Amino acid sequence: MATLTLRGLRKSFGTTEVIKGIDLDIAEREFVVFVGPSGCGKSTLLRMIAGLEPITAGELRIDDKRVNEVGPADRGLAMVFQSYALYPHMTVRQNMGFALRLARVPKAERDRKVNEASRILQLDPYLERRPKDLSGGQRQRVAIGRAIVRDPKVFLFDEPLSNLDAALRGQMRIELSRLHEELNATMIYVTHDQIEAMTMAEKIVVLRAGEIEQVGSPLELYHHPINLFVAGFIGSPRMNMLAVKVVATNPSGTEVELASGARLIVPSSGGARVGDAVTLGIRPEALRPDPNGVLQGEVRLVEQLGGLTLLHVAAEGIDDMTVQIEGSNGTRMHQSVRLSVDTSACHLFDSSGLALAHLTRHPLLAA
Amino acid sequence: MEDSLGRRILTFVLGWGVALLLFFPIFWMALTSFKTEAEAVTAQLMFTPTLDSYREVLSRADYLGFALNSVVVSVGGTVLALLLAIPAAYSMAFHPTARTRSTLLWMLSTKMLPSVGVLVPIYLLFRSAGLLDTRSGLVIIYALMNLPIVVWMLFTFYKEVPREILEAGRMDGARTGGEVWFLLLPLTLPGVASTGLLSLILCWNEAFWSLNLTSSSAAPLTAFIASFSSPEGLFFAKLSAASTMAVAPILVFGWFSQRQLVRGLTFGAVK
Repeated sequence: MATLTLRGLRKSFGTTEVIKGIDLDIAEREFVVFVGPSGCGKSTLLRMIAGLEPITAGELRIDDKRVNEVGPADRGLAMVFQSYALYPHMTVRQNMGFALRLARVPKAERDRKVNEASRILQLDPYLERRPKDLSGGQRQRVAIGRAIVRDPKVFLFDEPLSNLDAALRGQMRIELSRLHEELNATMIYVTHDQIEAMTMAEKIVVLRAGEIEQVGSPLELYHHPINLFVAGFIGSPRMNMLAVKVVATNPSGTEVELASGARLIVPSSGGARVGDAVTLGIRPEALRPDPNGVLQGEVRLVEQLGGLTLLHVAAEGIDDMTVQIEGSNGTRMHQSVRLSVDTSACHLFDSSGLALAHLTRHPLLAA
Repeated sequence: MEDSLGRRILTFVLGWGVALLLFFPIFWMALTSFKTEAEAVTAQLMFTPTLDSYREVLSRADYLGFALNSVVVSVGGTVLALLLAIPAAYSMAFHPTARTRSTLLWMLSTKMLPSVGVLVPIYLLFRSAGLLDTRSGLVIIYALMNLPIVVWMLFTFYKEVPREILEAGRMDGARTGGEVWFLLLPLTLPGVASTGLLSLILCWNEAFWSLNLTSSSAAPLTAFIASFSSPEGLFFAKLSAASTMAVAPILVFGWFSQRQLVRGLTFGAVK
């Protein structure tokens, strides 16, 4: 178990800087997820922590010891790769025991640890097989087993689920969360999939173009995104963004006018002045069909998921507004609907994309 | 795709044609070795086989001594080349720099230089180093001669190994030596083996350096053949017998290892 400290971490390939100064603290036993679009540097950052990429500038500390110059073999971390990277010429048992063999752990001890990991991951029937005789999900578990056996200070996961099909991915998410609980280990997990981030993380680090956009718990990021990028990236279906104009500011919030002329009071305030063009962000679940609603539009598409239904509505000022409603709602395609807005779940962003602060914290985050 | 009959016949004829064409000199050599010297200069196919030439050759020269030299210098040259090439190819394949490509090309380009061009300097160097007519001298020159090809072949095999497997090894605590020994070598064993085989064959058949840098004590089988080609004129039957004996071991060796050779040369799937 360990703490990690990143201070002004930078990485350049030639003249291109891909990591532009990362400051981050990771506490003991924390499950941290690095999330961001492809090319944001999240994998590079993970590889820098692993020791597979040299650090150009800044400092990385593990348990308060500088490790910039320590090689991957000596950092005491374990990594699960996207491609699993199992050793094809070794059996599952040998794969999992390789690190211990290198560390000259006696065979009996080695077997005990491998058996223990195999029990946790239910790999017992496959111990004598080679990786090529395993399914994708089993290979993934072997890769995790290889990490567990070493009893590392920190587990590093580099998009470990992206080669699995959707059902297996869902299952592995649960297994990984359970594993975190059971092993009580510090874990750093890289993904571009915000659902994985939301479901597993205790702390999400949103990265863009080599810089941290926001760090926080999943709900913090969901309910209090600090800018347009985080708001758009976290949450599925995506937040609806509408261009609006500020018409009044008062103690209960900021009043904005939509393209249709309708007005809403959003309980946020900040530097916005009357007449400013701002962006209104509405989560799909904050919209509800309502005969007295302020928004009006036409349903272009209905996606029925069973328990939930997603309506894609074309309204004035926005071509595709996603509305999330209960599956029992009978709204049909091409129907004209009026929508009411739960303004407490709305967000305002100024012209530079920064969020105007909510007047109150979300009840779950209030403490 | 279904091949038409005509196409299959064409492939058959061409394949066998080329194979026979390549095999014919060896066949003719073996045939001639069983003839008398008088018959050897004719093209006749009907004759009574005799082992006279073999007897003669064996009585005039120490075949086993030459053969032993061949084995020692071929194996030695190959082992030395592999020892140098494995780390070289490893670093070029997994830790390339901006100049790696050109280094590889430069190495290959040395093979385009005619050996005779450097004969005098090498001869002089060998003389001052006391390496003339020594097995160690031949081992060194053979290793250097094959090094570009061996590095190239190993480089291409190593390139096929997913980088992440070695990175996983490093995360598991392997240092460079462990990476190469526990992961890279086992994964590319067919490739390393076929590279070694090819180098062995090239060493065995090498004549230029062995003839010029050895005289007696370190002379391999190529020198043994050459010793039957001159002084009193050409004796084709004896020359053929000597040649047959010189190529027989490597031919048998090649026959048994051809599977490995073909597998190595078409090697690709690591996963």
